[in-house]
Amino acid sequence: MARRGSGLVDKVEINMTPMIDVVFQLMSFFMCTLKVVSPEGDFDIRMPIAAAAAALPDEQQVPPVRVRLAAGPGGELASIAMNGTPVADFDELRRRIIGLVGADTGPNSLAEKTEVELDCDYGLGYANVVKAITAVSGRVEDGRIVELIRKIKFTPPKKN
Amino acid sequence: MAKRGGGPTSTEIDMTPMIDMTFQLITFFMFVMNFSEAEQDDRIQLPSSQLAKPAEGVIEKPITLQLMNTGDVIYAGERVAVRDIAARLEREKSVMLDEGLEPSAATVIVRADGRAKTGEVQDIIRICQEKGFERFALRAQYDDRR
Repeated sequence: MARRGSGLVDKVEINMTPMIDVVFQLMSFFMCTLKVVSPEGDFDIRMPIAAAAAALPDEQQVPPVRVRLAAGPGGELASIAMNGTPVADFDELRRRIIGLVGADTGPNSLAEKTEVELDCDYGLGYANVVKAITAVSGRVEDGRIVELIRKIKFTPPKKN
Repeated sequence: MAKRGGGPTSTEIDMTPMIDMTFQLITFFMFVMNFSEAEQDDRIQLPSSQLAKPAEGVIEKPITLQLMNTGDVIYAGERVAVRDIAARLEREKSVMLDEGLEPSAATVIVRADGRAKTGEVQDIIRICQEKGFERFALRAQYDDRR
């Protein structure tokens, strides 16, 4: 800074210590409170209690696809069946669903009208249900999600 | 530092790169910090799914129920048995009714452990249905593996 009336230039030294202190404290705070959050998503299901009773025969209504997931003694997946027919795995289940409802998933399409009813054993590991929902509700093509069936419901739980 | 043979001289350290780096680090931590009050509990190992993409909008009136693999439910940070959540949901329902909202307007987020029994998840859904809740969001971890 040049002083008025003098040709001398003085160097003004700013005391950086308090700022550095605060900055380091801020950094420590952010580092300590940082919580790595893994991305999560939802499968939306609308299931009013009266849905089963209120289901009236309708010409527009497509009969539900019944997916049976049987559990082994340890809760592992023992078998899959779609409308009573055995299915080898979840990929085949998806192929069968695509074969049933077709590729069209737009408004008023068969995929939109069709409902999947999951019939699971009580002791089945929940991860298998999520795999089944994933198989029937869509697929990923070139990083894009192509939706299939959106209406999913459960049969009442059966305790063995 | 004193130079050999000379008097003591002041050595100035250039702090600029350190301050730059520190500010960049602060900026990074501020960006990655999650300010949302996401109810995530480390005791729950969510099942993963490629289709479980994070929701873009905000869920209206969320009620989060976290089912552990032991069969207990974590509700509002408290560990309760499945049969005891009915009383908690009744309180949620009465609060909503006081606000002039129907329970059907709420979304019950079910964060169930992948190892939990499906029947227990269904029990939770049934209890919620009995209290008038009908919107459910089954939460899964987004799996971006192709």
